[in-house]
Amino acid sequence: MKQVFTVPKSLKPNVFHYCPGCGHSIIHRLVAQAIDDLGIQERCIGVPPAGCAVLAYNYFDVDMGEAPHGRALAVATGLKRVMPDKVIFTYQGDGDIAAIGTAETIHAANRGEKVSAVFVNNGVYGMTGGQMAPTTLAGMASTTTPSGRKPERDGAPLDLTQMLAVAKGSVYLERVAVNSPKNIMRAAKAIKKAFQVQLDGLGFALVEVLSMCPTNWKMSPVAAAEWIDKTMSQVFPLGVIKDETGYEAREGKAS
Amino acid sequence: MTKRLMRGNHVLGEAAVLAGCRYYFGYPITPQNEVPEYLSGRLLDVGGTFVQAESELASVNMVIGASMAGARVMTSSSSPGVSLKQEGISYLAGLELPAVIGNMMRGGPGLGNIAPSQSDYFQATRGGGHGDYRCIVLAPASCQELCDMTFRAFDLADKYRNPVMILGDGMIGQMMEPVEFPAAVDLATLPVKDWALTGAKGRPSRTILSLLLDPKVLENHNYKLVRKYDAVTRSETDWETHLTEDARLVVVAFGTSARIAKGAIKRVREMGLKVGLLRPKTLWPFPSQPLEELTRVVRHLLVFEMNTGQMVEDVRMAVKGQADVNFYGRPGGVVPTPEDLAHQISHYYYGAHLDEDGGSKDRLVGGLS
Ligand code: SF4
Repeated sequence: MKQVFTVPKSLKPNVFHYCPGCGHSIIHRLVAQAIDDLGIQERCIGVPPAGCAVLAYNYFDVDMGEAPHGRALAVATGLKRVMPDKVIFTYQGDGDIAAIGTAETIHAANRGEKVSAVFVNNGVYGMTGGQMAPTTLAGMASTTTPSGRKPERDGAPLDLTQMLAVAKGSVYLERVAVNSPKNIMRAAKAIKKAFQVQLDGLGFALVEVLSMCPTNWKMSPVAAAEWIDKTMSQVFPLGVIKDETGYEAREGKAS
Repeated sequence: MTKRLMRGNHVLGEAAVLAGCRYYFGYPITPQNEVPEYLSGRLLDVGGTFVQAESELASVNMVIGASMAGARVMTSSSSPGVSLKQEGISYLAGLELPAVIGNMMRGGPGLGNIAPSQSDYFQATRGGGHGDYRCIVLAPASCQELCDMTFRAFDLADKYRNPVMILGDGMIGQMMEPVEFPAAVDLATLPVKDWALTGAKGRPSRTILSLLLDPKVLENHNYKLVRKYDAVTRSETDWETHLTEDARLVVVAFGTSARIAKGAIKRVREMGLKVGLLRPKTLWPFPSQPLEELTRVVRHLLVFEMNTGQMVEDVRMAVKGQADVNFYGRPGGVVPTPEDLAHQISHYYYGAHLDEDGGSKDRLVGGLS
């Protein structure tokens, strides 16, 4: 019988604390699988965020160093500069990477820090109870925009990944989602590629993952997955935003 | 070994490199810009890394990352910049990560000015950031001492896994003095950091975290830190006494103020006034015990600071009402001259009748009864 499902070696055998239908559980598996596939578990150091994934160190079976809220890419810079031969990744939510940590993010990308960032975008501050995030969609209700986000009052949703594309040091930026098997496969490839970019020493790599938060969206897991397709990905379209890796060209030549 | 004539900020940079620091992350601010400027070149010579960060916040968090990796690492700044670093300093303390932070204080509050000041004594010695923690604080009074304390700062940081602040001011940073540098530390001889995040090769994976959700667990962590701070207080408290043997009045001052005080004391001694100096070299831990012991024979203390009165609170706590504690200070970047201070000293001295034969002794007997 063909084995279709295994737990990645780089995950500890702990039960996730995430809500049912939460995207974090899937993204954790994808990151751990990429670490396994590339055989880098023993030289990988992760920087978990503040937010729902703050307990990520309970799940990833690699060295993990906790950063203050928003500062993961500065901490990752320090780690990488001391240990250029190690593989450093950050795991950050939208509030972390695109609000309080905007400066750290832009400048890490601009310096071309050779680290890999996983940016989980669920359009809401999950852990603190559903406040407006920088990526909350216009009209979307949150506990601090009860009547919906009004761009003229609250600002429009921020497309951080697009902003990072103009930074010369970023070489690979892609937006994916984990709301369907097809999208999950695409996300798995992207996350692995972000690590590969680091292994090849090319520069800054980031994968933005549109992720379900059924709890704060006040939807069933199924409706949340559909909402990403129908609504969220209209504002944050999936696909490669920047790719200067040259991988595709090389693959093209090889085939 | 030959002495080298160097500016304080360069001394801090050179001593850090010789003490084994290979990583510096910082952001420009006057009056300490010569530290990053010096290290931007010097670190490259020794295969180190210099990063000019986008902010003080980012730089102190890069320090956190480098420290997690087990490196000897430093950042430096001046007052407003150190305010921004406080978040990271709290995390360094909570995560128990060694790091050295140089602070060449300037006048405040707010943007203030770029003149030498001691306005951040509270911030440095009370923790500065959020949470229940302590930063070890060293206060150099000369370029040579800045050099020696920089070596000590890296050793203390590693030994106690705690942030250490070198608290100078614009004067210490800018002045030029001859310095004899100790031999460079051989990095290979430093103790292995068996807690560093170097990748889980041949060992279980490690975590370094400051989120401790269970109050019982966090309480235990806090008590663990307290035990460490107690050990630091017992073993590392440092101070200098100067002409205190026969003194009837002792000036308490640190850093630049202590230099000024020595000049003032020389002047009043020439006038026959029996005045000495106690200079804390560690501001935290504070030399409370030697101060308290001093009050068995000296009943008059004059605390002198370049601020409106901060360390004076620690002095008052230390002497527990057993001595009369007076204060003289000038804030805002004004640097008093030895003559200014000599005037204050003699005013106090004569006012308390310390010049009268047995004056001090009578009071002493009265105080002890
Ligand atoms: S609140 Fe949202 S993001 Fe947080 S665990 Fe629950 S579903 Fe996931």
